[in-house]
Amino acid sequence: MNPVTEIERQSFDVDIVCVGFGPAAGGFLTTLSRELLNEDGTPRYESKVMPGMPLQISCYERADDIAFGVSGVATRARGIRESLPEFNHNDISMAAPIKHEKVLYLLDPIGASRRPASLKVADRLLGLLKWLPFYERDAFELPYIPPFLRKDGGYVLSIGQFLQWVGSNLMGSGTVTIWPGTPVASPLIEDDVVRGVRLIDQGVEKDGTPTAGFMPGMDVRAALTVVSDGPVGAVGRQLDEHFGLPEGNHQSEWAVGAKMVVDLREDVKLEPGTIFHSMGYPEPEIFGFMYAHSEQTVSVGIFVPSWFNNPARTSYRYLQHFMMHPYFWKYLEGGKLRSWGAKSLQESGKRGEPFLVGDGYARVGEGSGSTNVLSGSGVDEAWTTGRILAESVMEMLDQGESFTRENLEKRYVQRRRASWVEQEGRVAEKSRDGFQKSFVKGLMGMALSGFSNGRINISGNSHSGRQELPSAEAYYQGKIPAEEVRKIREDCKSRGTPSHDPLMDRAGWPQIPLDGQLLVSQQDALLMGGKVQAAPGYADHVVFLHPEFCESCGDKVCVDICSGQAIEADPDSGVRFDREKCVHCGACFWNCDQIVDDSGRTNIEFRAGAGGLHSAEN
Amino acid sequence: MSGGYHIVVCGGIVPDPLQTLEPAVGPTGPALRNEMMLPAVLDPWAGHALFEAANLAKSQPGSKVWWVSMGPKAKLQQLMMSMGQKVPFELVALDGSASGFTESAEVAAALAEAISSIPDLDQSRLLLIGGWESASRGAGSTLQIVGERLGIVDQFQGVDEVSVQEDGSLKLLERVEGGKHQISVCTAPPIVVGWATGKLPEPPNNPQIGMMNMRTVMPALQRAKAVQVGTGSLNFVSVRLPEQRRSTRIVKDATVEEIAQEIVEWIKD
Repeated sequence: MNPVTEIERQSFDVDIVCVGFGPAAGGFLTTLSRELLNEDGTPRYESKVMPGMPLQISCYERADDIAFGVSGVATRARGIRESLPEFNHNDISMAAPIKHEKVLYLLDPIGASRRPASLKVADRLLGLLKWLPFYERDAFELPYIPPFLRKDGGYVLSIGQFLQWVGSNLMGSGTVTIWPGTPVASPLIEDDVVRGVRLIDQGVEKDGTPTAGFMPGMDVRAALTVVSDGPVGAVGRQLDEHFGLPEGNHQSEWAVGAKMVVDLREDVKLEPGTIFHSMGYPEPEIFGFMYAHSEQTVSVGIFVPSWFNNPARTSYRYLQHFMMHPYFWKYLEGGKLRSWGAKSLQESGKRGEPFLVGDGYARVGEGSGSTNVLSGSGVDEAWTTGRILAESVMEMLDQGESFTRENLEKRYVQRRRASWVEQEGRVAEKSRDGFQKSFVKGLMGMALSGFSNGRINISGNSHSGRQELPSAEAYYQGKIPAEEVRKIREDCKSRGTPSHDPLMDRAGWPQIPLDGQLLVSQQDALLMGGKVQAAPGYADHVVFLHPEFCESCGDKVCVDICSGQAIEADPDSGVRFDREKCVHCGACFWNCDQIVDDSGRTNIEFRAGAGGLHSAEN
Repeated sequence: MSGGYHIVVCGGIVPDPLQTLEPAVGPTGPALRNEMMLPAVLDPWAGHALFEAANLAKSQPGSKVWWVSMGPKAKLQQLMMSMGQKVPFELVALDGSASGFTESAEVAAALAEAISSIPDLDQSRLLLIGGWESASRGAGSTLQIVGERLGIVDQFQGVDEVSVQEDGSLKLLERVEGGKHQISVCTAPPIVVGWATGKLPEPPNNPQIGMMNMRTVMPALQRAKAVQVGTGSLNFVSVRLPEQRRSTRIVKDATVEEIAQEIVEWIKD
C-alpha cells in the first residue's frame, strides 16, 4: 500500500458554504452579512454546527486573490444599489458614473472581414451617407439607442476592484470568511442531496498522482451549498451532469470575452463614464466595447460568440484589430497595456437555466442562467440573484426551515420568478435566435424582442446541441484555396502553433505592428497584462479525456481559441496543455467539437484548478 | 527546551510582484502607482520565516507563534485570507504604511513596541524571526534594530536552518561566502534569526487552520493600532525601479548548458 494515498481525508462542518467569489456571491454574502448580528452585536442566528457560535459561513474562491475576475462592466447597477444604499463610486478604484453612451456600427476599413452580401450592400449604402454628422472614421453612431440597451444612471466598473471592495467590506464585518486560492473540486452528493463540497487535492503531480506532500482535498460539509462558480465552474457543471437540465433548456450558446485595460496617452480627452458599444467589425458576429474609467484609463474588449463559425477563431488577434479600427485607434494609439484578461460567457441566458435548487443547494449568478443576453448585462443580474437568495435564506432561518428543495423552491425560486431579473430574462430569452441564421436577422431579432417586450421574436433556431463548425477549408472558401488552407494547418500542426495567424494573414488581415506597449504578442500579454501563474502541487485542470480523439481531430479549435495559448498542437499526442499559461477562461471545453457521448459532452474536461491570471484591474 | 518557545515572526506585506509596479510621487512622498488597488502578498523572505517558525513550533511542544505585521489594515485583512490557511499563528497587527518608502528604524521602533506589549510573552523563551531581507527594500536592517530595541544581543542573519539539539541548545546555519554555512550554537533564547530561504516548501492550504486562525485574526485587525511611519522624516531625491530588459521566447526542454550559454551571451550583449 502506498502510505501517501492512505492519508485520511479530513472533514469539517460549516452552516453555509459558498462556491466561488464573484458578483453573485458578493450579492449573497453582502445581503446576508448585514443581517447576521442583532443591534447589540449578538448573533441573530446560532450556528448548528458550532452551538453557541454565530452562523458559520465560508466562501471558497479558486483565484489567488478575490480581485482576479474578468469582465467589462457597464451596468445599471440597480440590484447593487438596492443592496448598498450607501454605494459611492468614489470608494471604488476605476469606477465612474456613466455619462455618455454610444452605439456604433463599424465599417470594415480593411476589407478582410467575411461579410454577407446583404451587409456589403448595406455598407455601400452607408458609404453614401458619410456626410452625415453620425459618421466618423469608418463608424456610424446610432442616433437612437433603444431603452433596453441603455445603461442610464449606471456605472463603469472594474470587476476586480469592485469585488476587492465588496470582499474587503465583507471580511471587515467579521461575519463571513472568504478564502482565495482554494478551488472546489466537486459537490458532495449523497442520495441526490448536496451535503457540501470537496476541495481540490494538494501535493499532486500534474496528472493527479500523489507526491510526498499529498493532502487530500478536505470535505466541507454544510446544510446549504450556494453554487456561484460561474459558467464554467466545476461544481455547477457537475450538478448539471448529475441532475440534468430542466426539459427544453440547454447551455450550448457561449462567447469568449477578451479585454484589455489601457492607459491612454496624455493628450486624449475622454470623459470618464463614456461608453461605446460596437458591432460590425472585425467580423460582423463580433461585438465590441470601450468603457472610460476614471484616471485616463479605458477597458476595451470584444465578444467572440459560438455562432461565429470560424474554426480558426481567436479572440486575441481579433481584439487587436478591433482596437486598431480607426474610430477607436484615435483614442488608443500611443496607449499602454495595463491589464488583459478573458472569460467565457454563458450566452444561453434564461434558456440555459439549470435546476435552481435541490436538496441542500441553490444556484445563483451566471451559471444559474441570470445573464440578460438582450441587454448584454450580467454582473448586476448575478448580484441580484445572490441578494434574492440571501433574503430567502434569512426567511428560512427565521422560520426554522431546513434547506430542502421544497423549501428553497417556495422561498428562493418563487421570489426569483417575481424579480426583474426573471422578467427581463424572459424578454431576452429568444432575442438572439436570429443570429443563428445571419448577422442581419440577429440584429432584427434583438430589436423585435426588445421593442415588443419579448412577445415577437425572430423564429428560433437555437441549438439544443453543440453547433457544428465548418472546416477551415469551407470557412475560407473564396478567400484561400482549400489546398493552401490544408497546407497552412498542417504546417502549424507540425510546429505546434495556432493556425489563426497565418490564415488571417492570408485572408487579408494586416499583420499587427507590435509596439511593445499596447500591441504586443499574445505571450507578452500573459506577462505584461496581469501575469499568469500556476502554483505547483495541483493537477492539471484541462484534461483531454480520449487522446485518440485529439490525434485525429482536424480543426483543433481548442488550440486557436485558447486565450493563453496554453493548448498547443502536438505532432505526437494531438494536443498538449501547459497549465502555467492558462487563464481559466474555459473556452476550450465548449469549443471542442469532439463529442464523446450522447449527452453532448466534449473531449475536454475543464476541472477545478489553481492559479490563473493575476490582475486586479480587469 | 521545556515549555517550548515563544516565537515572534516579523513579516510585512508587499504589493503582488506579478502586478505592474510603477513608482510615483504621491502627496506624502514616493509611492507606487495605484498601490491601494494592488493585491498584497506576504514578503517572500518573511514567508520563509513564518513557515519555518511554524515548523519549529510544531516540533517543540508548548511553543506558540505570533505574527507581527505592519501594513494598511485592509491589505493585511486581504492577505490573511490566503496566509491564514497555511500555518497556525496569532496575529498582532499594526495599521501603517507598508510601502517600503519608510525609515527602517521607525518601523523597527513600532514593531518592538508591539512585541513588548504582547501579553504573556516570555522573553527568556523568545525567538524573534523575520526575513533576512525584504522584497520591498532589501535594507536588511529592520529586524536587527527590533532585536536591539528588545535587548537581544544574539543575532544571526542569513539563516537557512535552526535545529534544537538534545541539550536544548540551538544550532544555526548562517550563510557565508561561497555557498557555505557558518555553524553556530546558541545555548538558549532570546535570539534574533534573520531567515534566508531555508528549505521548506510553502505549506498547502488547510481550511481548518484557516478557520482556527480567523477567530483571532479578525479581533486583532480590529484592535490594530495606527502607526505613523514614513511621514516626513525622510526626503527621497528620486526613486526608480530597476530597468527591465525582456525578450520573451518560449523554449521547452532546453538543457542547463544551453540556458547558461544563452545567459552568458545575453550578458555580453
